[in-house]
Amino acid sequence: MMTRQASRLTLFLLLAPAILWLGLLIVLPHVEILVLSFSERVAPRVYAFGLGNYLEFFTEPLYWRTFARTAFMSILVTALTLVLAFPIALYIARVAQGRVKAILLLLCLLPFWVSELVRTLGWMMLLRETGVVSYALRAVGLADQPVELLYNDGAVILGLVYGGLLFMIVPLANALESLEPAVVEAGFDLGGSRWTVLRRIVIPHAMPGIVAGSIIVFMLTVGNFATPVLLGGKNGLWFTEQIYAQFITRFNWPQGAAFGMLLLLLSSAIVWLGLRLTGQSLGSTLKQA
Amino acid sequence: MADSTHPANDLDIVGVTKRFGGHAAVDDVTFGVAPGEFFSILGPSGCGKTTLMRMIAGFEHPTSGDIRIRGQSMIGVPANRRPVNMVFQSLALFPMMSVGENVAYGLVCRGMPREDAQARAERMLERVGLKGFGGRRVTALSGGQRQRVAIARCLVLEPTLVLLDEPLGALDLKLREHMKIELKQLQSTFNTTFVYITHDQSEALVMSDRIAVMNQGQFEQVGSPRELYHSPATPFVASFVGETNRLQGEIVSSSDGTVALQLPSGTVTRGTGRAPQKAAVAFVRPESIALAPSQPALRDLPNRFEGRVSAVLFDGANSSLLIDTLGFDQPVRAVLPQAGPLAGIEVGAPIHVGWAADAMKVFSA
Repeated sequence: MMTRQASRLTLFLLLAPAILWLGLLIVLPHVEILVLSFSERVAPRVYAFGLGNYLEFFTEPLYWRTFARTAFMSILVTALTLVLAFPIALYIARVAQGRVKAILLLLCLLPFWVSELVRTLGWMMLLRETGVVSYALRAVGLADQPVELLYNDGAVILGLVYGGLLFMIVPLANALESLEPAVVEAGFDLGGSRWTVLRRIVIPHAMPGIVAGSIIVFMLTVGNFATPVLLGGKNGLWFTEQIYAQFITRFNWPQGAAFGMLLLLLSSAIVWLGLRLTGQSLGSTLKQA
Repeated sequence: MADSTHPANDLDIVGVTKRFGGHAAVDDVTFGVAPGEFFSILGPSGCGKTTLMRMIAGFEHPTSGDIRIRGQSMIGVPANRRPVNMVFQSLALFPMMSVGENVAYGLVCRGMPREDAQARAERMLERVGLKGFGGRRVTALSGGQRQRVAIARCLVLEPTLVLLDEPLGALDLKLREHMKIELKQLQSTFNTTFVYITHDQSEALVMSDRIAVMNQGQFEQVGSPRELYHSPATPFVASFVGETNRLQGEIVSSSDGTVALQLPSGTVTRGTGRAPQKAAVAFVRPESIALAPSQPALRDLPNRFEGRVSAVLFDGANSSLLIDTLGFDQPVRAVLPQAGPLAGIEVGAPIHVGWAADAMKVFSA
């Protein structure tokens, strides 16, 4: 009896940091934000319960258009990242051996030793009107005047894909590594072409990794702030900018809270949809990540 | 080996060599496999048999030599275009597909509509005794059932040749014994040419029409199981195929195929063989050794020795004795018939052993 109580106490003590972490830093602020999002300002410093903040979102086109744009662009970025990461992961998992494999993974990780802000500034140096790419284009005669490559959707997508690549490659490489070489050989042996083997054997096997990587990249992209703001400028129009503006510029916390909740809802809905469409469960996906 | 490169053969391997760096994994191997034959390549691990098989399947390319299937050279033909299908050691079933989809995969690859392929697969599963298993997950099958799916997946394509790479290795002993018989039966009902790779001599002996014994990249001997067992061509074949007693010594006299071999202790034994050199090895099968409680019973045998039982290895019908014999540095192993008068013999009992001259094969060492 004593030992059971003691083991319970031990378990509780071991879990305490995690529970405190989750409770104080994740659950509590979100409850606070949820409550805040339902409070309307009726007079200076007087707030009442109401759905006004959410109504504001639907009635002001800028808000919901930015919201829809963020969702669409994030899905696009996730898809592009997947397409780019797949061959790299395939190479790391199935071709590279020993040291080469470690070096390749390290190369993917290397950009993350620099802060996201500095990395994005690096892209700005490359892409701006007086930047490296513009200069190079003029030097080889492909352009006769400085080219502005910043502040458009292409630049935003480029920056976001670059930031998400590692988080796609690692789960993908993990998933592909567990594919038995003989299974791939059997696919060829029974008459499959490269495309058939990829489509019917490699991709289905890598599905948990594909979904895990996509969820991570999608969530990172939807919630990104620095990259769209710096590379997109005024044309960035990312939803996190609206949240930032409400909280910091306009000091309208309830409106910002409502936007925050909507963004959370959006990413949850899209992740759920993605899992349903690919027939994966959250459990198996998390294991892969 | 006389029938190699015969135009009617299903498979002809002509002088195939495969080098990895300076090491020849397969060294100038030539053989032919006739239609409908069950041909085994038997050898210890690392002898090059897997490399040889992977070259036939198209996963490795020979450094030199030719691989012909029904007379057609396969050099430069990729694995997915060869009329050869392989049963992998790990079976390599597709875990992402159902049993039916696994069997239909190859047909779909050939461009057959999915419904027709599924129907063909279902009929093939029926023939291997897996009727109604089409919808199951591969992971829900037992070891023997998975084995049959792996074979059905190949046979449904009606290949010229089925390659089997130690497919029984992962099974437990009882199931392995059962699958040996089943494989042999499957092969004869489908009348497809099988090339089977194994390091297990019992698998090769039970199933094969012909066996090639491979060692260090080369074929030591090709022949029927009986030929290999009863008239091994090399010391390696004699010691690798079946249980045997190995004696080492010097030839003191030889006449007309019969040789006298003197052991280091001075004891002289008589055997058959051609050994041009003085140093020689000889092999005697445990079942060729006659046991008797007294000397006179062995009167007709040229080799008669006296010994003492040092161990009784009871294994039902395969029981044997280890006998410390005067003049021999290793105990002599002899089969102990469980129906005979010696069935109850104990360790330490005196015993007489003897064997005929033609039961002992002598080779140059």
